[in-house]
Amino acid sequence: MEKRVVFRSAWLPYALVLPQIAVTIVFFFWPAFQAGWYSLQLQDAFGLQTEFVGLRNFAALLADEHYLNSFRITAVFSLSVAVSGIAISLLLATMADRVLRGALAYKTLLIWPYAVAPAVAGVLWAFLFAPSVGIATYALRQYGVDWNWVLRDDQAMLLVVVASTWKQISYNFLFFLAGLQSIPKSLIEAAAIDGAGPTRRFWTIVFPLLSPTTFFLLVVNIVYAFFETFGVIDATTQGGPAGATQILVYKVYHDGVKSADLGGSSAQSVILMAIVIALTVVQFRYIERKVQY
Amino acid sequence: MVENRPWLTFFSHAILIAGILLIAFPLYVTFVGSTLTLDEIVRVPMPLVPGDHFWENYKQVLTAGTARGAAAPVAQMMANSLVMALVIAFGKIAISIIASFAIVYFRFPLRDFFFWMIFVTLMLPVEVRIIPTFKVVSDLGMVNSYVGLTLPLIASATATFLFRQFFLTIPDELAEAARMDGAGPMRFFWDVVVPLSKTSMAALFVIQFIYGWNQYLWPLLITTDESMYTTVIGIKRMVTGGDALTEWHLVLATAMLALLPPALVVVLMQRWFVKGLVETEK
Repeated sequence: MEKRVVFRSAWLPYALVLPQIAVTIVFFFWPAFQAGWYSLQLQDAFGLQTEFVGLRNFAALLADEHYLNSFRITAVFSLSVAVSGIAISLLLATMADRVLRGALAYKTLLIWPYAVAPAVAGVLWAFLFAPSVGIATYALRQYGVDWNWVLRDDQAMLLVVVASTWKQISYNFLFFLAGLQSIPKSLIEAAAIDGAGPTRRFWTIVFPLLSPTTFFLLVVNIVYAFFETFGVIDATTQGGPAGATQILVYKVYHDGVKSADLGGSSAQSVILMAIVIALTVVQFRYIERKVQY
Repeated sequence: MVENRPWLTFFSHAILIAGILLIAFPLYVTFVGSTLTLDEIVRVPMPLVPGDHFWENYKQVLTAGTARGAAAPVAQMMANSLVMALVIAFGKIAISIIASFAIVYFRFPLRDFFFWMIFVTLMLPVEVRIIPTFKVVSDLGMVNSYVGLTLPLIASATATFLFRQFFLTIPDELAEAARMDGAGPMRFFWDVVVPLSKTSMAALFVIQFIYGWNQYLWPLLITTDESMYTTVIGIKRMVTGGDALTEWHLVLATAMLALLPPALVVVLMQRWFVKGLVETEK
């Protein structure tokens, strides 16, 4: 879509886009280009000498058991966050769409976790489940569960999944609620007249009509779990125990900042960029075509 | 509602209330914890009714910080967070609205190229280019400064898209009338486009304020000086490692202070928040 009526000026449009473009070049394109450049180099431990090594950093990464394991961990983590977040929010949104009384109050009380920083969410849940003083740990112990996420892999993963999902529920909830409210009431009424009960109506009419929203949220949640959960992980497990919750983004940070492995970390950045580009393309192609019935 | 099913309605309310309680539980425990003494909080199980050290704990973190972790006063950190959130929110809105105005209301060489450049930034989140971006900022001497904290995060593809979408819906007749009356592009921008964009700006402001306030990875790299810490970074620095060593009552008081401002923005500006959230994703 284009405007029919436009203004004419030889310099004004350039002056107007300049601030945005300048920031974009200095802080986005130049660093991204440098990441690509560093990824082809090898630095010694003191950063004194660099050597051009071609694709050897990538070859080393793909042969590295830790890196491949980090891929698996990221897949498990992001799918768990996306699926549990979507399931819980869909349940809550369906219920909120049904009730008339108190709808606004319910909505208000469900959306605030969106405002909590991932790192703060991590601290809150880390405290609840703290191995020695946590109140949830105490409750679990009463039921005979030995809870210590500092030492046990599966429990550490569970903790970061719970904290990350908790923060994302409000986002999913709002999108599902908007989706539910846009479904024509006449469809539901027609099904009710034909004798379909609430459960039947949900699975045969509501759920299929929500599929565009669900698919959109699946992509958004995976992107969220990939990148924005850095704060959750750094505030709780820091990738531990023994790398059990070290997702890809955390590994880029860990290798680059803590271990000062510039080449390896940059190669990981390049791989991550490829993943983001793929996810963005999926998201936009879908928005153009929309899942239709 | 299609039909009257009292049991199902009751069930819906029950599920919603259970969901709300479950979601609010961590917040409640945090609040209770922030009103206890260290001795009370490390007792297992900790009490679940608020204690009477509310003023004491909050006063201590606001003015003095913790004894064992970060010693910077949280009031200073909150001021830093506020500066960061406001500069990022206003900065993003300002540079995006003029960029989209140029892209929609002018025809000029490289227009599509600029638009494409802004679009691509969507695919380059800070998290994937941490080290090189940090190097650029430190080469520019921006470490431990408000400029370094905010400027790299100020470019926004989503805000540019949102304004572009909105400008395309402004009737052409308005621009035509302005031109006939002899108004130049900037006059049209200030007198017509900006006033019409107010709701979009409010919606974007809420989303970007929360984004700026909650930033974590970037300030973690760029602030090494305690006086530049944001609140979220401060909390992280207070958790010194080991359950027994952490002064949990002070950490939790700081956590309350870190989450209250953005939570209030969401709750009080709910209408714009929902609008902003839904529209930036279109």
